[in-house]
Amino acid sequence: MSDHDKIYSTKFQDKIERSTLLMFVMSAFAVAIGGIVEIVPLFYLPNTANCGNDPTCNATQHKDQNGNVISMDKIVWNPAVSEHKTLDEWQPGDGVRPYKALELAGRNVYIREGCFLCHSQMIRPFRDEKDRYGHYSIAEESMYDHTYQWGSKRTGPDLARVGGKYSDEWHRRHLKYPREVVPESVMPNYFWLENKPVNVAETVKTMEVLTIMPFNPIPKTIYTDEYIAGATAQLEGKTDMDALIAYLQSMGNHVKFEEGVNYRD
Amino acid sequence: MIAQLYKAASRNVPFVWLYLAGGILFLTFLWGGDTVEATQATPVKYDMEVVRWFTIAAAIYAVVGTLIGVYVASELAWPFLNFDIAEITFGRLRPLHTNAVIFAFGGCALMATGFYMVQRTGSTKLWSNKLAWFTFWGWNLIIVLAVITLPLGMTSGKEYAELEWPIDILIAVVWLSFGLNHIMTVAIRKTSHIYVSNWFTMGMIIMITYLHVVNSMAIPVSLTNSFSIYTGVQDAMIQWWWGHNAVGFYLTGGFLGIMYYFVPKQVGKPVFSYRLSVLHFWALTFGYVWLGAHHLQYTALPDWTGSLGAAVSLAMIIPSWGGAMNGMMTLSGAWDRLRTDYILRFLVVALAFYAMSTFEGPVMSIKTVNALSHYTDWTVGHVHSGALGWMAMVAYGAMYHMVKKLWGVEKMYSESLVNVHFWLATIGTVVYVVAMWVSGIMQGLMWRDYDEYGTLTYTFVESVSAMHPYYAMRAIGGAIFNLGAWIALYNIVMTVRTASAARGANAVPANA
Repeated sequence: MSDHDKIYSTKFQDKIERSTLLMFVMSAFAVAIGGIVEIVPLFYLPNTANCGNDPTCNATQHKDQNGNVISMDKIVWNPAVSEHKTLDEWQPGDGVRPYKALELAGRNVYIREGCFLCHSQMIRPFRDEKDRYGHYSIAEESMYDHTYQWGSKRTGPDLARVGGKYSDEWHRRHLKYPREVVPESVMPNYFWLENKPVNVAETVKTMEVLTIMPFNPIPKTIYTDEYIAGATAQLEGKTDMDALIAYLQSMGNHVKFEEGVNYRD
Repeated sequence: MIAQLYKAASRNVPFVWLYLAGGILFLTFLWGGDTVEATQATPVKYDMEVVRWFTIAAAIYAVVGTLIGVYVASELAWPFLNFDIAEITFGRLRPLHTNAVIFAFGGCALMATGFYMVQRTGSTKLWSNKLAWFTFWGWNLIIVLAVITLPLGMTSGKEYAELEWPIDILIAVVWLSFGLNHIMTVAIRKTSHIYVSNWFTMGMIIMITYLHVVNSMAIPVSLTNSFSIYTGVQDAMIQWWWGHNAVGFYLTGGFLGIMYYFVPKQVGKPVFSYRLSVLHFWALTFGYVWLGAHHLQYTALPDWTGSLGAAVSLAMIIPSWGGAMNGMMTLSGAWDRLRTDYILRFLVVALAFYAMSTFEGPVMSIKTVNALSHYTDWTVGHVHSGALGWMAMVAYGAMYHMVKKLWGVEKMYSESLVNVHFWLATIGTVVYVVAMWVSGIMQGLMWRDYDEYGTLTYTFVESVSAMHPYYAMRAIGGAIFNLGAWIALYNIVMTVRTASAARGANAVPANA
């Protein structure tokens, strides 16, 4: 007990070790820095698809080979300037858009069943991934994904550009009994999704909530009151299976990618 | 809701069995524990009853968590095991496995040791024993809610933070009750300095609070469903800031606190170097926070984020190895003890796995390696060399040490079963990790392989079928580990019962 006043390290360290408050404050300070440095800039820098309340997402800049900025309207669908004005008129290549009602219901099924634990939605800029899945993913493509679904594991293939790759009927057969279509698959059977009606009330509520999000809310010009009111009719009589297929078919064909453009920083 | 629960339970027989078995064991303990309380011969100096309960809970959850792990691993090897029951499909059960192992087993082990160390190193009782019991029951309620909600598909869709918003709020409250109690007990300590273990526990308490609050921000659409307020790039970065630091502060920092107390105690010598522990603590506390970004190499995030994450990851090898050496060197002059002291074996092998994993992790964060390893089983193997080899091993070493002290016995019910458990745990972990190394690297190489015509050599599904033997091997490795966990639980329960019986026979009349 006699050496309690002896300092074995430095004066400051010794002071911290003797004071609960100082230890608390110093730790709280030390652990805060890394997160602040890495996270906060992503809310301000270009090409991170954080558009605030600006539906044209002008903070984001992609440049062509000659260094000219490509208009954001080509990447993020902007009904104000697009020739297609509503979600139902939207065509692939018009730019990133929010999900239609049925697709959104399907996305809820995708999250509920934990699909992201085996399927990624993030294509990396490698030759083999381009050949296997398509153009690498860009930030804007998941800008409306509240809870992103990039995943961290590919027990099954990436799904970022699965939309339009297979027919609805293929998806239905595959989702019901995967091994009837792909014998080597280890995916569970999901035939019971056909017996489950879509949760209409929750999907409509989800649409309303997505318009009031603090970050990247879905513009009221796209999820108009009219559209949300009409969603119930679109969802009635549909099953979780229909919804999930609609979601899968909506993925990856929003942006028309051009050769030679660097879409990432 | 109740109808849904009932349906889940009735269709889900293996599950029900699992929890019945766990429940019976728990009740057995309840009964045994009361006996101890009633016949305590010496006056209570510390508040150790809650520590006892956390310790037994940890032993039970280790069995349950790894058993679910073995099951989900088997589902990948033999998909018929999904049995077309929604509640036990891989996608719903896997989050339950991770939550059970990290938050149920890991959490109870951390809280048991946290409350144990903070009292012993400070020569003081808990600041509030009542609050500690609130923490115990609250934490267990969270675990029960997780067991109910996750198989029903109630998930936020965020890896390692799947629980829905009402449970998230409960977690925050219970976590803060643990944190407040721990920090206040540090504050009322009778010793002059705060011991290094308590620095690590405090660091964990603060960081996990930050992480949980920021990452769980969501707007609910119903009681059981909500959506993150973040999207895409920002959500990914915040999620992996959470994901990696749950590993860095909860499974590493918290367990390093355990290591810094129980290794010296078990060896009977002070920590090898005090100054190294100071460096270890501050370097990890400051540095670990930056690593999350290395999970997002080559994604749509700006390039600098992943590079920064990787650079700091590489730098972290130095303090991590310094800490591992610090633990190992504590044994200098006492290495012969490993021949006879089975508990020490757990602690030393844990340190070896810690050193291995903290080298492997930074290597995997290097961009060129990450390009191969990301999305493959290699990541899964890495996580398990940490979780089984480091976290579970050090936890078991501490739990055996504590059980002897808490129930006042010289030896475990069976010391040789401790040794059997040690070998099962070690062999199980090695089999698991080797299987995942091979399958992970193979997957990565198959995906990027081109034939002489410049087309992809393998279809995706060829890589899936090539994984089968390794998935089977992984399930076997996990099963071996799980068997060890059963033996540990049996040994601990029998030790407690034997101790209670002995106390009962020698009961002091004054107590009655």
